[in-house]
Amino acid sequence: MGFSFFLVDHLSISFGGIKALQDISFNMNKGEIFSVIGPNGAGKTTLFNCISGLYKPDQGNIRFKGNLIENKKPDTIARMGIARTFQNIELFSHMNTMENIMLGRHIHMETGLFKGMFMWGKSSFAAREEIQHREKVEKIIDFLELQNIRDKFVGALPYGTQKLIELGRALALEPDLLLLDEPCAGMNSEEKQDMIFWIKDIQDDLGISILLIEHDMKMVMDISDRVMAINFGKQVTLGTPEQVQQNKEVLKAYIGEEN
Amino acid sequence: MIDLIQMIVNGIAVGSSYALMGLAMVIIYKTSEVPNFAQGEMALISSFFAMMLLTSFNISVYPAFFLTFVFAVLLGVFLEFAILRRAKEPNVLGMIVITIGIEMVLLGFVSWKFGAEQKTMPFPIGPYDSFIIGDIFISKLEVLTLVAALLLMSVLYLFFKYSKLGLAMKATQQNSVAAQIVGIRTNRILMMTWGISSLVGAVAGLLISPTIMHPFMMWDPMLKGFAAAVMGGMTSLPGVVIAAYMLGIIENLFGGYVSIEFKTVVAFAIIVLVLCIKPSGLFARHYVKKV
Repeated sequence: MGFSFFLVDHLSISFGGIKALQDISFNMNKGEIFSVIGPNGAGKTTLFNCISGLYKPDQGNIRFKGNLIENKKPDTIARMGIARTFQNIELFSHMNTMENIMLGRHIHMETGLFKGMFMWGKSSFAAREEIQHREKVEKIIDFLELQNIRDKFVGALPYGTQKLIELGRALALEPDLLLLDEPCAGMNSEEKQDMIFWIKDIQDDLGISILLIEHDMKMVMDISDRVMAINFGKQVTLGTPEQVQQNKEVLKAYIGEEN
Repeated sequence: MIDLIQMIVNGIAVGSSYALMGLAMVIIYKTSEVPNFAQGEMALISSFFAMMLLTSFNISVYPAFFLTFVFAVLLGVFLEFAILRRAKEPNVLGMIVITIGIEMVLLGFVSWKFGAEQKTMPFPIGPYDSFIIGDIFISKLEVLTLVAALLLMSVLYLFFKYSKLGLAMKATQQNSVAAQIVGIRTNRILMMTWGISSLVGAVAGLLISPTIMHPFMMWDPMLKGFAAAVMGGMTSLPGVVIAAYMLGIIENLFGGYVSIEFKTVVAFAIIVLVLCIKPSGLFARHYVKKV
């Protein structure tokens, strides 16, 4: 098999006696939106945690742009070009929106202690860099329409807005692969509609590949190029949205059995 | 009147060394939420290292101090790397106990290596050199400590507020998982804070050592520094320094006017009072968590 953008190969992890993931394999092409569906507790978030380096899998490989990443640390993986959002928001709650997104630029900033000390006037290296990164952040703020909360502490903002800020922070890393863990949870239908457009834009305009966990079937079927269903840590099926929709086991898991 | 002013001046002077120790404590607390009880002994071992360089190796003062600062940074970095990082599934309580363990080991080491008796530190400024302004005495060492405390506070304040590393430290404290996800090497950040903190502690140790130098010399400054840090809100650098001066002044006034025996107790009575009235500390911004 030739060069693959992102590949998960026979991945397994267990916690004590619970086999959270067993033999999960799939590959993603560049520019694709790939969704993972499954009931609560199926192991979707565990899969994300393995990919972003928070968990170390027991068996199997994860390959990103040809490099093995399953034993790398989260910050190394972030630097290689994988960003993510969390199901339960993980923001820096005592900082404002701007600072939160700016922290997403961390890996791209070169100003260290010494260059920072000589930040003298607008033409210094540190100042130029700061301006350049702030412009990037402003673009993201414009894109996600966060202008009016730029200076607010994020801890006190509504849930849906915090999810957007998290997305903004992930985008600030300028990743090649973006992992979105239930980006629409807790949103009303209008906000969901906006989120669908943004995800499409991220794919089309920014060329970022997206790995998505979502419960909203309509949304998943609308935007995904391919879908994988898992249940009890095992892969149930994988294919285009139409194929997955017709799979008996998926119907069983989501709708219940016919009697 | 002269008495009062003299007492306040002495209070500020003694407050400066509390402030330095408090600063050292707050730097680590800011990133890891662990109060480091080994702070005093880390400063202690650095001061004895300086004395060793000066007396046994006959190195002149400024290179010796420079080497001491390098030693202090390495010591902090080493302790974090070799001991705290090895803790498996660390929680805050476990980390605190580890720092207490480190404290005992270092204290034991200094007592064993250098002996427990009072030493004299060949410091360029003696403890009795002083300025006399009007009728007020103030020793040169105290002025130096004051300058060092204020200077370090300002530098650290600017550093935490404006540098990339400072922001990364803040991020690590607020949410270390998220910090890793955006590509911050949280381990390295912690190591650096231990280094910086140890350096600030060493400055305090060196400035205290001309007056008293024995294995228990850092106990009082450490505890009072911790007290000041709690009073100032644990995360605010200017807060600790102001609280340390308040503590020093109140302590001295109490010693002068009420009772010299209970002078030390006052600090802790104040803490109880502060914790009852404003639990987050006098100068910390208070965040209310929405449920």
